[in-house]
Amino acid sequence: MKTLTRFIVALAVIGLGASMNGCAPKGPKDAVTGNAASKVYVAPGQYDEFYNIVSGGFNGQIGVYGLPSGRLFRIVPVFSQFPENGYGYSEESKPMLNTSHGYVPWDDLHHIALSVTNGVHDGRWAFANANNTPRVARVDLKTFHTSEIIELPNSGGNHSSPFITENSEYVVAGTRFSVPMGDKVDVPISSYKQNFKGTISFIGVDKTTGRMNIAWQLVTPGVNFDLARAGKGASGGWFFFSCYNTEQAYTLLEVNASQKDKDFIMAVNWKKAEEYIAAGKGKKVKAKYAHNVLDEKTNMTVSTMMEEVMQLDPLELKDIIYFIPCPKSPHGCDTDPTGEYIIGSGKLAALIPVFSFTKIQQAIANQDFEGEFGGIPVIKYEAALHGEVKKPGLGPLHTEFDANGNAYTSFFVSSEIVKWNVKSLEVLDRVPTYYSIGHLCVPGGPTAKPWGKYVIAYNKITKDRYLPTGPELTQSAQLYDISGDKMQLLLDFPTVGEPHYAEAIPANLISPNSVKFYKIEENGHPYAAKGEKEARVERKGNQVHVYMTAIRSHLTPDNIEGVKVGDDVYFHVTNLEQDWDVPHGFAVKGALNAEILIMPGETQTLKWQPKSVGVFPFYCTDFCSALHQEMQGYIRVSPASSNVPLKFSTGKIEAEGTGAN
Amino acid sequence: MMHPTKRITRVVLALSALTLVSTYFVPLWRILLWAPQYPEGLEMKIWINTLSGDVKIISALNHYIGMKHIEVSMFPEFEYMVYIVGGIIAIGLLAALWGKRVGLFIYLGVMVATGIAALVDFYLWGYDYGHNLNPDAAIKVEGMSYQPPLIGTKVLLNFTAFSGPDSGGWIFILNGVMLLGLIYVEMHTHKEVPKITTKVD
Repeated sequence: MKTLTRFIVALAVIGLGASMNGCAPKGPKDAVTGNAASKVYVAPGQYDEFYNIVSGGFNGQIGVYGLPSGRLFRIVPVFSQFPENGYGYSEESKPMLNTSHGYVPWDDLHHIALSVTNGVHDGRWAFANANNTPRVARVDLKTFHTSEIIELPNSGGNHSSPFITENSEYVVAGTRFSVPMGDKVDVPISSYKQNFKGTISFIGVDKTTGRMNIAWQLVTPGVNFDLARAGKGASGGWFFFSCYNTEQAYTLLEVNASQKDKDFIMAVNWKKAEEYIAAGKGKKVKAKYAHNVLDEKTNMTVSTMMEEVMQLDPLELKDIIYFIPCPKSPHGCDTDPTGEYIIGSGKLAALIPVFSFTKIQQAIANQDFEGEFGGIPVIKYEAALHGEVKKPGLGPLHTEFDANGNAYTSFFVSSEIVKWNVKSLEVLDRVPTYYSIGHLCVPGGPTAKPWGKYVIAYNKITKDRYLPTGPELTQSAQLYDISGDKMQLLLDFPTVGEPHYAEAIPANLISPNSVKFYKIEENGHPYAAKGEKEARVERKGNQVHVYMTAIRSHLTPDNIEGVKVGDDVYFHVTNLEQDWDVPHGFAVKGALNAEILIMPGETQTLKWQPKSVGVFPFYCTDFCSALHQEMQGYIRVSPASSNVPLKFSTGKIEAEGTGAN
Repeated sequence: MMHPTKRITRVVLALSALTLVSTYFVPLWRILLWAPQYPEGLEMKIWINTLSGDVKIISALNHYIGMKHIEVSMFPEFEYMVYIVGGIIAIGLLAALWGKRVGLFIYLGVMVATGIAALVDFYLWGYDYGHNLNPDAAIKVEGMSYQPPLIGTKVLLNFTAFSGPDSGGWIFILNGVMLLGLIYVEMHTHKEVPKITTKVD
């Protein structure tokens, strides 16, 4: 009886204790310790230490933030229209979004690659990929303008892009989706194994101008390429790509592409590929793709449709590519600052394999292969392996490095960053992220010279981090101090779009070169009016070209008559200011596109197609001066059949019109 | 053993058996899960004949590691639990009507046996749910199984799981405690009982 009593009482006590929720894990609020606030405080008038160049994901843009403050400085439109400044709407920028499919107003921008010289950030360009309609863009870091976009033929889902070689010789573009290509593209989806191929494009980057061209494409067996990194130092002539779906599934990949214990890291000897190209071993194949370049002199973008691309077939040309088995659908594929270690992150794995470049070379020399995949040799896992990080966490995705031989790996499932030593493979520290981190960024983390100091977590789930804004939320990022042995959470800041990869670069590599305004005398725009004397209106058939100037606080001309319904009116607005941060804007009633923002010394063009008769106001949209609200004008639109003469003026007071003409 | 019980004992016994009727309307058991992404926790409540709470979310999360989707139809127990609890209430009321001390022991025996059977049943389900995994699961961690805790807290990969009684369960436990109390009182006032009855007679 007593035993029974004790049993029931004990049960009650256990249950009661447990039901108090005393077992709930420690809340996120407990995570900030010590002097976090002072470490992220950038006093008014002071500057941040780093630029954080952050991909915008589905907003198709790049966000420019400061670190350690986490403040957003600018959104640079790249693959998406941006009505706020007219990118993708102005006549100058519309060709930038031209593709072989026509004008594409949106894309999904995932990864950033900053230009490097000798493996070290040089602060010249940022490259970014378009995932959906495969393209790579180059943003000039002097102006933070998209200067060039090149389309990629024979590609689907340009995810494995735009990673960069250590002297910016190439940025790469690997297909996520393998696709049928060549003449035989109308094939059953079920013929994947037979007809679908992957491609890796090596996009050459001109040393001086940055101008891109597709140097060659490697044709590979049909798999999904995910991410990539170039080698460095001894491995500098190599490139490493993670690939999954070696099951070659074409439906329900969630299940069907997760079956094999190992997929691959693909090692590409790009120096060897260059030799084959130099020896004339490449094959030119027909391919249609757009190449869009901004001419800085004229501020006009020229879109050229390309007709062919050079391809290399590794089945015919040996020694270019090798597969290395890597556990469970590898995602991140990162090379450490020395270039010796390649870290594969199997997103479904519970360990991290670290491969050794030296061992890979030995394995290739000794033909230490376990077989072939699609005719390509597969190196034995153990032969290439430096070692495995055991029980690091769940769902490893990406790895960045500091300058002290440590790696920082993001874990989506267990929502944490884990610090470990690359050589000893020992786990050193872990911190939670809020919530479910995707990419992470250490300043200079992918380069031969990491700047270190911080690691930033870009998370995929926001939930309760900020004041709620309905079902749709901003994304959350956290900044951690990594200067000590233990990582310390400093800051939680919202980000725009949905950031994927980001890089951070010391501010002094970019800010001294930042353009403040364009010199008006260097403005080579064909429709520029470089002074109010040049302001005019010209008719060419049904095209009306308004050569307009903007200066505080008037537009010239500000009275325009003689425009008819059915005309295409082009407002070419030149900002005559020659001072820092005096942009003018231009908008006209009923415009079906957007406004334009015109930087000092620049010319931008807005096309306007009046559909009805009347007098339409236009005005400056960027608050420019005390008399900004006076900066306005009228354009009169008459019926198509009318004889109202073309006329324009500013400041001219006429005898009161009668309404007769 | 065949001693008659006090009237107050019979009244308390009957009332406490009747409180079990409330277990038809409140959850019996609850399972809580916390993950880094779910600091607020996910909850599954087990009722006498159904499940409620974040069952769909839990199933969606667990399918990556190959666990079955949790469905009411997985549990044949929901078909007959109403009758078992009904039976327990009936036995409690009969014991009260009967008014014999042995009735208290029979009732206690039934309750404890049912409680143990329920825990064993729950353990077996948990074992199957945590071990019988889809071989096609996307995430397979070597040597890892995901049996939820029978009672108390357990860490399963990125989840911390808690299992324990909910209000219905507590009503059952309090009933057991009450019953033990009644038996205690009956046993300790044993000697005086005949005197009182003699007086009344």
